[in-house]
Amino acid sequence: MTLLDDFLWRAAIAGVGVAVIAAPLGCFVVWRRMAYFGDATAHAAILGVALALAFEASIFVGALALALFMAISVSGLRGRGYPMDTLLGVLAHSSLALGLVAISLVSTVRVDITAYLFGDILTVTKADLLMIWLGVALIAALLIWRWQRLLIATVNEEMAQAAGVNPKSEQWVLTIALAIVVAVAIKVVGALLIGALLLIPAAAARRFASTPEIMAMIAALVGVVSALVGLAASWFWDTPTGPSIVCVSAVLFLFSVVAPKLRGGT
Amino acid sequence: MSELPLIRTQSLQVMRGSQRILDNVTFNVNACEITTIVGPNGSGKSTLLKAIIGSVPLNQGSIERLPNLRIGYLPQTVNIDPTMPLSVRRLLSLPVKVSVQEAEEALTAAGVADCADAQFTELSGGQRQRVLLARSLLRSPQLVILDEPTQGLDQPGSAAFYRQIDDIRSKSGCAVLMVSHELHVVMASSDHVICLNGHVCCAGRPEQVATAPEYRALFGSGTQGALALYRHEHSHHHHHDH
Repeated sequence: MTLLDDFLWRAAIAGVGVAVIAAPLGCFVVWRRMAYFGDATAHAAILGVALALAFEASIFVGALALALFMAISVSGLRGRGYPMDTLLGVLAHSSLALGLVAISLVSTVRVDITAYLFGDILTVTKADLLMIWLGVALIAALLIWRWQRLLIATVNEEMAQAAGVNPKSEQWVLTIALAIVVAVAIKVVGALLIGALLLIPAAAARRFASTPEIMAMIAALVGVVSALVGLAASWFWDTPTGPSIVCVSAVLFLFSVVAPKLRGGT
Repeated sequence: MSELPLIRTQSLQVMRGSQRILDNVTFNVNACEITTIVGPNGSGKSTLLKAIIGSVPLNQGSIERLPNLRIGYLPQTVNIDPTMPLSVRRLLSLPVKVSVQEAEEALTAAGVADCADAQFTELSGGQRQRVLLARSLLRSPQLVILDEPTQGLDQPGSAAFYRQIDDIRSKSGCAVLMVSHELHVVMASSDHVICLNGHVCCAGRPEQVATAPEYRALFGSGTQGALALYRHEHSHHHHHDH
């Protein structure tokens, strides 16, 4: 396991894991217009971090629990006449603020809050790696198992129902997968940038895809390239790693918008 | 008719909040028949179809389906987000994979054989409806449920669509249950008409319903002329024992 003794390799393996799984999940977030939902789940995780610090529990468990709690609360409020974007905005920002306040209250020593907001991929331990890849495997299994059902529920809920697929169950599958991805990605890109890792690779992949499967694969590729190039860039220029990964992703998105035009224009 | 009804609803009641959307709705959908539900806006037509496919919970009553009934369903609106790449062929394979041949047969039956490789979101309104019709015909359904299938189509497009449905029914022998606003078409091509306004106002063969006072109270008597005209032009007659 000499490879894993090197922190750069651990960072790379962690980044690739999160990127590979965030991409297909991000496609559903884009198709179903759940971007705000993803943000709310991710921001709630900060409150989970605060609680984990207070009770000296695992950060991973704390983040997962609060992300799930947020996802469940939002799903419960869905369709009760609240305008969804307003509601999610309220929940996302208040849970972030509450989490930041709570962390300052519970930590006796000053905790480096930026590690949870923007990630701290260079300090990933072997135990973190195990958790990240367990999460990745779990989400991958969920998505592969439910893939066809998730797609038809995304296309049209009644068509799904008529075919014997309960759209509410599929919503839950995505909700749980989203909470897990938030929990494993906190260490890599931080709570504030998880949304970017979900959305940007999927958005970059859209133009080059003719089926959902191709879009998910291209998005995963964009995510992996972003993670590796972002990591390298942060190493060479001493920039924060999480934001560097997202920057590379954004450049790839820009390229995806401009490239077809350049090709078509000449 | 010795065959059992495909679907038998018994005193359905559906509430939305304190509002009664459907009340005491009892009817049968028989094999091989075209049953059409008509009624003013807000009369619960779509809700009734949704209740039958199981996406709206019942407050009272029951729906009995023939065991292992295969249903094809075409919803009122399908808004696939343009960010979702979905070719027509891929859409037909959701949620159950179908062979290339099955897909081609269904698309041909619906009159859109040339659309197989197109992206769904890039099709015209009429093509979309036909693709969705093709999807509802996959795996030889015994019952095809159509919720205002010609919404957004112009008159010739809508007439052609109904001819296609009639054609499919006579070829495959499947039953059709649909909601429609186009009364003259309904009267011309249905075997059974249910006039709905929260409850079943009247039901029966088209000519029975057209002369029923409840129907006239809802739609006026203006459609009588259209009915006469269509019956006249519509030379073939479906033989059914009621």
